[in-house]
Amino acid sequence: MSDTVCLRVTNLFKSYGTMPVLERVNLSVEAGTFCTIVGASGCGKSTFLRMLLSQERPTRGTILLDGEPLPDEPTPDRGIVFQRYSVFPHLTVTENLILAAELDASPGLGRLFGAARKKRKEAVDNLLETIGLKAARDRYPAQLSGGMQQRLAIAQALSKKPKILLLDEPFGALDPGIRADMHTLILDLWQDRSMTIFMVTHDIQEAFKLGTRMLVFDKLRHDPHQPDAYGATITYDLPLAKDSSRSPPSAEALFPAHPVS
Amino acid sequence: MRITNRSVSTRLALVLGALPCILLGIVYAVASHFRRLENPADKILPSLEAMGAAFWRAAFVPDRRSGDLLLWTDTIDSLFRLGVGMGVSTLIALSLGIAIGFIPHVRATLAPFVASISLIPPITVLPILFIVFGLGETSRIMLIVVGTAPVMVRATAQAVIDIPRELIIKAETLGAGVWQTVVRVVLPQILPKLVTAIRLGLVPAWIFLISAEAIVSTSGLGYRIFLVRRFLAMDLILPYVVWITVLAYLIDRLLLALSRRAFRWHHIGGDSL
Repeated sequence: MSDTVCLRVTNLFKSYGTMPVLERVNLSVEAGTFCTIVGASGCGKSTFLRMLLSQERPTRGTILLDGEPLPDEPTPDRGIVFQRYSVFPHLTVTENLILAAELDASPGLGRLFGAARKKRKEAVDNLLETIGLKAARDRYPAQLSGGMQQRLAIAQALSKKPKILLLDEPFGALDPGIRADMHTLILDLWQDRSMTIFMVTHDIQEAFKLGTRMLVFDKLRHDPHQPDAYGATITYDLPLAKDSSRSPPSAEALFPAHPVS
Repeated sequence: MRITNRSVSTRLALVLGALPCILLGIVYAVASHFRRLENPADKILPSLEAMGAAFWRAAFVPDRRSGDLLLWTDTIDSLFRLGVGMGVSTLIALSLGIAIGFIPHVRATLAPFVASISLIPPITVLPILFIVFGLGETSRIMLIVVGTAPVMVRATAQAVIDIPRELIIKAETLGAGVWQTVVRVVLPQILPKLVTAIRLGLVPAWIFLISAEAIVSTSGLGYRIFLVRRFLAMDLILPYVVWITVLAYLIDRLLLALSRRAFRWHHIGGDSL
């Protein structure tokens, strides 16, 4: 793992109209970090992730990626896996995986035919094996289980070899057993490809298990008469030793004001 | 068990579905029978045989004046107008609909305009079409276009807007440009909905086709039924109405079958009528 700073967030503010969501967020993350982000519902953790993706723009403040300001729109240097709608429903598993290569090779139609297409399809054989979708390669996403769809979404997001992989509650809709499998998969991929991952989750256990660093978003100031008066910021920034056997702190310790539901 | 909780077997559903049609046929046959008992020359409710004979003549006996088989020339002329009209509407719906749904500047420019255009009762522009395009084929086809295109544009634009934003963003993170996103994500996503828009657009399209043919034409299904109306020829009008309905039904089913075949991913959930 390198020590170079991959992402630097300086004095970030975000508000919707007059309602502040995030305030004074400062962060610097080294390349290769698996950064998990937790917080209560509506604390702005997903907004933060969307800003890292350039899906939304900060009201104030800067985000630097490798020293350069983030582009104004989503680009291939940041991959994304959403909780839902992450894969293309009109493409089969294989077609989803070769889409990025097709877009690359064919500027006009974004589509390859014949031998070139066949070659791309063969090139994803190993990947299909890794994510356990070899038997389902010609199925449409609607014919896959939730876990299979998310495995496909992760593999697809990695097809452009992004510097940063953003995960927005990717396992939130999955059964606990399948979730454990997904954890193994994502950790393997992360170690193989030495990329930086930001993952928003509402599951603190998951955040501890996967992350090398955990960010807790919460409101520092709270006005009981006007709950929306202040935005949230990073209240805890915990480095996590990967081999730690210690048990995670309780939710109450992390969220003194409002316990996590 | 409550009647609301009882399920219907497939065979019973078939019988029940046919029941209203059979009942209507019986009611008609009985009413026709009693009218003709009083007046054997009655033209309002002709017998089923008379209608069959008239339909047979239209389909298989060459017209005395023109030598044409009227039913088939009428059908071909009407379907040609309907096909060209809907084809033009579909092209307009695709290009404008995607531009409006996908590009905010185009949406801001054109969405209110298209919305107001779509509220013009199409039949009111028919005189304008006659003046501009003359009394020929163009006017009749244009009426179908004017009547269906605006609504289909709006349906298509809405379908584009309804594509989950996540999919567009995902395409961008995979390196897709605007045009590539249109051809690889937007277009395939909306095509099944475009077929639905065509199927819904066909309903007004038939109305405008028959209207245009009734007002200015020398051929076509609509022309024929309005022509023979002068002779109270119910024995030909009724079979023609049934024939038009059958054609409309077949086109609708054909489009649905095409959609099921071409866009299998869209029908996996088992929706759609």
